[in-house]
Amino acid sequence: MLGYLLRRVFAAIPVMGVVALVVFLLLRLTPGDPAAVLAGDNATPAQLERIRTSLGLNEPLYIQFITWINKLLHGDLGVSLISNVPVLKMIGQRVEPSISLAVATIILSVLVAVPLGVIAAWKQGTWIDRFVMGLSVLGFSVPVFVIGYVLMQIFAIDHRWLPVQGYKSIFDGFGPFFQRIVLPTLSLSFIYVALIARMTRTSMLDVLGEDYVRTARAKGIGEIPVLFRHALRNAAVPVITVIGTGFALLISGVVVTESVFNIPGIGRLTVDAVLARDYPVIQAMILLTSLLYVTINLLIDVAYTLLDPRIRY
Amino acid sequence: MTIETLPEPSVPLASPLRPRFGFLTSTPIIATATILLLLIVVISILAPWLAPHDPMQLLPAQRLKPPSDQFLLGTDAYGRDLLSRVIYGGRISLLIGFGATIISVAGGLVIGLFSGFFRWLDAVLMRVMDGVMAIPAILLAIAVVSLSGASVFTVMIAITIPEIPRVARLVRSVVLSAREEPYVEAAISLGSSLPKIMWRHLLPNTIAPLIVQGTNFCASAILTEAILSFLGAGISTETPTWGNIMAEGRQYFQIKPSLIFWPGLLLSIAILSVNLIGDAARDALDPRMKQREGSK
Repeated sequence: MLGYLLRRVFAAIPVMGVVALVVFLLLRLTPGDPAAVLAGDNATPAQLERIRTSLGLNEPLYIQFITWINKLLHGDLGVSLISNVPVLKMIGQRVEPSISLAVATIILSVLVAVPLGVIAAWKQGTWIDRFVMGLSVLGFSVPVFVIGYVLMQIFAIDHRWLPVQGYKSIFDGFGPFFQRIVLPTLSLSFIYVALIARMTRTSMLDVLGEDYVRTARAKGIGEIPVLFRHALRNAAVPVITVIGTGFALLISGVVVTESVFNIPGIGRLTVDAVLARDYPVIQAMILLTSLLYVTINLLIDVAYTLLDPRIRY
Repeated sequence: MTIETLPEPSVPLASPLRPRFGFLTSTPIIATATILLLLIVVISILAPWLAPHDPMQLLPAQRLKPPSDQFLLGTDAYGRDLLSRVIYGGRISLLIGFGATIISVAGGLVIGLFSGFFRWLDAVLMRVMDGVMAIPAILLAIAVVSLSGASVFTVMIAITIPEIPRVARLVRSVVLSAREEPYVEAAISLGSSLPKIMWRHLLPNTIAPLIVQGTNFCASAILTEAILSFLGAGISTETPTWGNIMAEGRQYFQIKPSLIFWPGLLLSIAILSVNLIGDAARDALDPRMKQREGSK
């Protein structure tokens, strides 16, 4: 197990190396002078020079890369070209709303989607199954910003039950936090529910044909315990996997949802950085989210062994 | 009982290069999706003849007007006709969606074929692909657009890059299993040239999974273009795309929600149709998946 863990961690290193290389080359291979691209059309020579020194663009390419990697490994992600604040600090200040939104979304989605998927598999081929699968295709297809504005119109503008936009930290009291996180979470959950429900259904269908399910039924155990205790437990591995692979979906969802609901999280930070061409911020966001993605999928692989004693490494 | 019973020469021979598209009308829902998608495509192509007004024409006196006989869906914040903009909006969205699909399938196909066939290349290419896949697609696309400037082409490329590794991996897995088949071994030992082996023996195996993957990606490419436009990182805001119209409508959402709902509705219908077609393609072309899903 430890050996497996070590091997997996070592396998993640080249992946992160490629991510770093892509991020590095993206700016340097941009046609024209990267400093001019970042500074915009009406930049003064002094501004250009400042950007060049800040990003080390005057050095030969390989020296730039080594210096940059060295800084990264020491936790230095650079400073913002706009505000001159260290990028890591900017991200740290904005990370809480995004984590709240992401965690709330995953919890809600799993609570809704897993039972839906189980029921769809149990009633396979009936109208319930078709309804759940139809809902799932719809969830995949309607963009999160369309859902967001529809929910906003209904719950915040027509009925005034909830605030339209904005964010309050959970540390300032649960009530205000909850009121403002409900709509963003609901909007973002649609696609996640679609994804997880579909995967749960497929993986339950595989399991429901197994001998031990037939045995459990033959013993006269009720349908509900058969479904949830015998079948779902064994169907859990692919469902957990999809939560990990869906992480990229969650990132893009968070970026869009934060823009729709005006939530000051790292998604908004990224969009603002893109509009201002603040490349160090964009670069840091790519590196950190990729690292998070690799780590989450590593943890999920480890979680398999806990969930399914048959998987051994 | 002799020559007459032979099949007529005009009947096309079943060939792996000629996949069946019968699934497009397999159920009423899929048929509806196909028709809706075709309708949106036709409307987009015929936009210059169908749109009642010039989608770029600014009429400051007509700002944010409600629907009327002159402007069937009303006007936007600059007095432009919303209906005309929504009709034109599909052009860019679909062009980028289909374009990105074709480029990513072609790019992934080439990388996947070579990677699956040459072991020494495989190790390097797949590590690179793993790295690119670890980057959230939307962030990579945003970064590419912000650096290279937004045009139809750069947006298309920005959406394509994150998808190429997924296609390449798919093609590679097909090639890896196909190259163990006796007919490929036979072709190699008979001294067939490499391009011929790839074209005649490996490529046909990849067609069915690529149609499935390509359709699914097409839906997400249309969505990503809309997201980029919506976030302000897409092509220039005066060009009507569904995402751009919605982005501009955000400010006036509380006064005139239809600025968001109409483009949002068309965007959703387009993506939904492509997704439904993708599901039908998977059921029809991927027997393994059909078995797993059990029904139908």
